Amino acid sequence: MASSKELKVSAIENGTVIDHIPSENLFKVITILGLDKISTQVTFGANLDSKKQGRKAIIKVSEVFFQDHEINKISLVAPHARLNVIKNFEVVEKSDVTIPDTIVGIVKCFNPKCVTNNEAVTTHFKVINKKDVALRCHYCEKITTQEELRFEAS
Amino acid sequence: MKNRSLVSINDFSKEEILHILDLAEEFEANPNQKLLEGKVVGSLFFEPSTRTRLSFETAINRLGGRVVGFSDSASSSATKGESLKDTIQMVSRYADLIVMRHPLEGSARYASEQSLVPVINAGDGANQHPTQTMLDLYSIRKTQGKLDDLNIFLVGDLKYGRTVHSLLMALSNFNPTFHFVSPEELRMPREYKLFLEEHGIPYYEHGELSEIIDEADIIYMTRVQKERFSDPMEYERVKNAYVLKRNMLVKTKENMRVLHPLPRVNEIHTDVDASPKAYYFDQARNGVYARMALIAAVMGLK
Repeated sequence: MASSKELKVSAIENGTVIDHIPSENLFKVITILGLDKISTQVTFGANLDSKKQGRKAIIKVSEVFFQDHEINKISLVAPHARLNVIKNFEVVEKSDVTIPDTIVGIVKCFNPKCVTNNEAVTTHFKVINKKDVALRCHYCEKITTQEELRFEAS
Repeated sequence: MKNRSLVSINDFSKEEILHILDLAEEFEANPNQKLLEGKVVGSLFFEPSTRTRLSFETAINRLGGRVVGFSDSASSSATKGESLKDTIQMVSRYADLIVMRHPLEGSARYASEQSLVPVINAGDGANQHPTQTMLDLYSIRKTQGKLDDLNIFLVGDLKYGRTVHSLLMALSNFNPTFHFVSPEELRMPREYKLFLEEHGIPYYEHGELSEIIDEADIIYMTRVQKERFSDPMEYERVKNAYVLKRNMLVKTKENMRVLHPLPRVNEIHTDVDASPKAYYFDQARNGVYARMALIAAVMGLK
């Protein structure tokens, strides 16, 4: 690192850096990825300056490498997140998250009379609009939109 | 369709709908066929529905099957706190088919995933009631001789009316023109109008019943319920605008028929009952044939 820029979150040797997370959704990302339950080193920072977003959050996870289907779970709360895969302190791969075609769990159905809000049923949605985010419930068939998104406590 | 559950009308292709209607026609011609001999049907009504339950039980009896079950959740183990999953797991080990009415939306899809035997949705809250839609389609085809290119008037509560939403979706396969007649507060929801626009299906909205109904092939009436209004004054103001009377039918098409999912309260004046254009009681009878057809199809008997 030739730059004199101070690293606000310390570098990792091997693992994954998740960048460009909206600050307000940092803890949702941590919960969705189960980072509160792993045993390797996790460092994170919130309200960091970002050219793209104004304020952003970042997470660095040591010794963990995500499959696409795992990382895409955060696409609803961090649609612009960028992954940097780190091996031996070097970035070896960069990728963006994409919204999957179906979402199982994570999101609550907006309809209070939906069976998923009244019985122990895992939610299941078909993504019918990826740009504005609209999810059709597999059970009650009602549509949950971006403004109505609520996340399951896990 | 054998061993497939019937959860939502949206699961049916146009061809499957037409196949079921043809089967229903066969059952109407010959209503007592002992195809369900030796079979037991679990009839699980977690909320009361006299008409739907009797119609199903009639269909099952005409097919020679037997029924076990309950007619409201007070007499089921749901009052003891049993989950829907456990009830379905158990009954699907007793019966060959499950017919279920449940107040929660999506409960039928969930039950179909938990059951070892096919589940027929007899209404899941405000969501779906596919056997009602099938009998409505059957009634329309029977009275008009076709399903294509019809002028369909939907009248009353178009916001909360589950039957009108499902009927609209199913008819959209058949090039209809829709007219929606409802009070401001109970208009057809935006998502359905968008659906029609995306599929290039014309629709018109009207504030009251007027001579526009002279163009109708089918007038489908629904109840306008007082409790749907946030302002009771508004209900008093509009309630009489959605009552169909016999003198309004004078200039309507000879072949036009008035449908209603029933129960009726006052939205169709009793003076309409004697008109040859009144079809709602025959429509209810068609429900037995439509349900026989659906049961036979999922059981792989036809």
